Amino acid sequence: MSAIAAPADARRPAWRGLIGFNLLTGIVLAIVGYIFGRWIGTLIHAPSIDYFADIGENDIAILLGYLFGVIGFLVGLGFANYPIRRLLGHPPTLAEHEDEGLGIARYFRLCTDHKVVGIQYMVGIGVFFFVGGLNAMLIRTELLQPNVHVFGPNQYLTLVGMHGAMMMGMMTSVILGPFANWLVPLMIGSRRMAYPRIEAFTFWLLMAAGVVLVTTIFFGGFQTGWTGYTPLGIQNTAGYDAYIGFFALVGVSMCLLGFNLLATIITMRAPGMTWSRLPIFVWSVAATAVLMLLAAPMLVATLLMAAFDRTIQTGFFLPGVGGSGFLFQNLFWVFGHPEVYIVALPGFGIVLELLPVFARKPLWGYRVAVAGLLGVSFLSFFVWQHHLFVSGINADLRPFYMLSTELISLPTGFIFLCAMGTVWRGRIRFTVPMLFCLGWVFNFLFGGISGVFLSDVPSDVTTHGTFFTMAHFHYTIMGGLVFTFFAAVYYWVPKMFGFRFNERLAKIHFWSLFLAFNSTFAPLFAAGLLGMPRRVVTYPTSLQGINIWVSVSAFVIGLSMLVFLVNVVWSLLIKREPCEPNPWHSRSIEWQLPTPVPVNDFDEFPVFDADPYPYGEPAALPAPTPATGAA
Amino acid sequence: MTEPHHLRRVVVIWLIASLIITPLICFLLAPALPPGAGSVEASGQGTDNTVLFALSTPVALAVLVYFAYVLVVFRERDPAAMLEGPAVRGHAGIQLWWIVVTAAIVLSLAAYGSVRLLADGAGGGQGPNPIAKPNAPAGSGGPLQVQVIAQQWRFTYRWPAYGGVETPSLELPTNRLIVFHVTSLDVIHSFWAYQLGVKADANPGLDNIAYVTTKGPMNFDIHCAELCGVWHGYMFDTGHVVSSADFATWIAQQARRFAPATRSLPPYSKTYFPEPQRRAG
Repeated sequence: MSAIAAPADARRPAWRGLIGFNLLTGIVLAIVGYIFGRWIGTLIHAPSIDYFADIGENDIAILLGYLFGVIGFLVGLGFANYPIRRLLGHPPTLAEHEDEGLGIARYFRLCTDHKVVGIQYMVGIGVFFFVGGLNAMLIRTELLQPNVHVFGPNQYLTLVGMHGAMMMGMMTSVILGPFANWLVPLMIGSRRMAYPRIEAFTFWLLMAAGVVLVTTIFFGGFQTGWTGYTPLGIQNTAGYDAYIGFFALVGVSMCLLGFNLLATIITMRAPGMTWSRLPIFVWSVAATAVLMLLAAPMLVATLLMAAFDRTIQTGFFLPGVGGSGFLFQNLFWVFGHPEVYIVALPGFGIVLELLPVFARKPLWGYRVAVAGLLGVSFLSFFVWQHHLFVSGINADLRPFYMLSTELISLPTGFIFLCAMGTVWRGRIRFTVPMLFCLGWVFNFLFGGISGVFLSDVPSDVTTHGTFFTMAHFHYTIMGGLVFTFFAAVYYWVPKMFGFRFNERLAKIHFWSLFLAFNSTFAPLFAAGLLGMPRRVVTYPTSLQGINIWVSVSAFVIGLSMLVFLVNVVWSLLIKREPCEPNPWHSRSIEWQLPTPVPVNDFDEFPVFDADPYPYGEPAALPAPTPATGAA
Repeated sequence: MTEPHHLRRVVVIWLIASLIITPLICFLLAPALPPGAGSVEASGQGTDNTVLFALSTPVALAVLVYFAYVLVVFRERDPAAMLEGPAVRGHAGIQLWWIVVTAAIVLSLAAYGSVRLLADGAGGGQGPNPIAKPNAPAGSGGPLQVQVIAQQWRFTYRWPAYGGVETPSLELPTNRLIVFHVTSLDVIHSFWAYQLGVKADANPGLDNIAYVTTKGPMNFDIHCAELCGVWHGYMFDTGHVVSSADFATWIAQQARRFAPATRSLPPYSKTYFPEPQRRAG
């Protein structure tokens, strides 16, 4: 973030900067809107819903409070200004805030510069990532003993649900939010996203969603886990309204983010940036964006129906009044399975994008890699009932879902093939981003192979719903997404923020995370096989040894994340070393730009004549400057 | 200095590693894996696990050996020299063979799993109209119907063949085909009889059928395997497989003991539609 203040600010008193459409106004209007919504809600009466008086909570009021609170927040940030101006007949304009200087203030208001939004995403999601991680630490604290000792079962399940919802909701955008928003326009030679206001909108909506989820603790939490199955969800107390509000907002944000990225990639490519020259990271973003665009509306609709069930007594998901719990399970997983690939695919893209740089070779099998990304994206819509193998739903379709689930390992195998081809006979440099990519190879291998056991129905009967499943998806999501996220952080953040990370701390971070991660989740496969179901607050005393081991390892993961935070504070604030323009000697276009990247990105639009991996081809580009000890 | 044949070396290391490690895993680890051999279906799951290990171990080893070799042999020894690797962008033959081999593995896995599943249902819940119906062991007296009724937060068992008595605990006879009819009175639960290899979700208003063929006398753990509310973690129990004579004694005793309760129960039914659910207070 630049310390240069905008010239206009110099003549005004400092406090004047607080007045206007910004985060502060947004928070104030959010509170006003919330109170207004609660008040409206108490005015609504009908014989069928008056039992609210008996149970001491009014879900209509709570949900309307969230709705108007979020609207107030967005209006306060200035999202209503442009539509209102257009309604009043003003001509269309673009990017109101790009000309308001480079000050730090633009990070706290509606800003349509894709680089600002990327950094807003990184910091904002990062905060919630650490909140979710802290929940995991508390969960593992409770599981140190086989009986209830720190939290009651209700608090425990709320922590489990918040951890899951935070990580599966907020973190869907953990790579697409910061890195796709920041990088995709640069990589395809555009100065902006296709819809810059929608881009900013997705970020602020996601932040509002995160706050809504946290407010569940004031309403007694929710006991459903992140999957929120009904009828249990309908039976839950008001904390479940926060879950509904949170996930519906996340769904809207995801859908718009995917829509925006897809539109950008299709329409905003510079001359010469053909589909076969697109960086593989952009392909992975496109494949993910398709999933977000098509899967997220299903989630929003599902949660809307659940909200109706809880408020105006519709009974979509209630057996006994014409509804069905299977309906919720189906709708949720039609969204939910594409969603786990929404979190996995960008990681594939980052690994394939970084391996060529650090093996000093072109990406091997570009077309196979693209086929792999699109294949995963396509197949992920046809596998959702493998979450319901023993549920009793449509049992004759199980062979089909077994086949479709196992077929997904084909395109995933393409990604491995391309990674393996790329490193072969390369000149491999063990930089920190490279280490995280190699960590992905190891973790995702075991995540994928344990998935084969879960996709085979006879094996799944015992492992379904146990810690085996939980270990499997932590291997794919934490071992896949989080490792590639950190690979991207160590690789691109020097460009984004203009400073270099302390390499020793970064290596400590990687090795402690890698070892503690495997030490945490590998034993959980065993815990599941030994008969420990998921989401239990108590377990047989014979499993205490394994649980203590896992908890201690999980605390080491927490410490390892602290090392990362220390590194950020150290490298950004205490001992700031500026980053040279291209420390990794990458041939990709974003590294050819100055650091920090100018507001307008390019003086003139670039023209592409090759893909970004011309390594080993001396004629392709001017040779990079000699190494200056950058690792 | 002649360049060694790297690919041949990788293949040889992989072959040796696979020949040593795969049998170790298949013959030592896989048979010891839960749920064990407590029922015909549990043993069947063990067979599946062994087959999956036999196929996946060499695949995992191939990737691990390959990367270990590459990272050691092709590491950059002189980072300052800024040397680059060969500009190879793919190999049609390798790509084709990769697709053929992985597709063959995947399709055979899916075919194998389907055949195994359709043979006896593997102990999983199959819904109200099961397609995989195992045969009862010869001379065992036909299948025994047991209804598992889940509610927050316990399981009870109803026996249509014994006057519809509802028992708080579960005992099963040895060497008998058991037909579990799993249903729920409130939210979704999951009936998991761990050592029997049985798991079937309990849905309100649905009769979820799971088959299991018991073997010798044993105890088995029962857990709820689907989050069902605050006391989900405490929804567990122990069941017993006992000899046919002991079972007959037990069920007769239960029928006598709970006779007054049985009279006030609703008649035996595949599902019990509870009162329409509303929000809890």
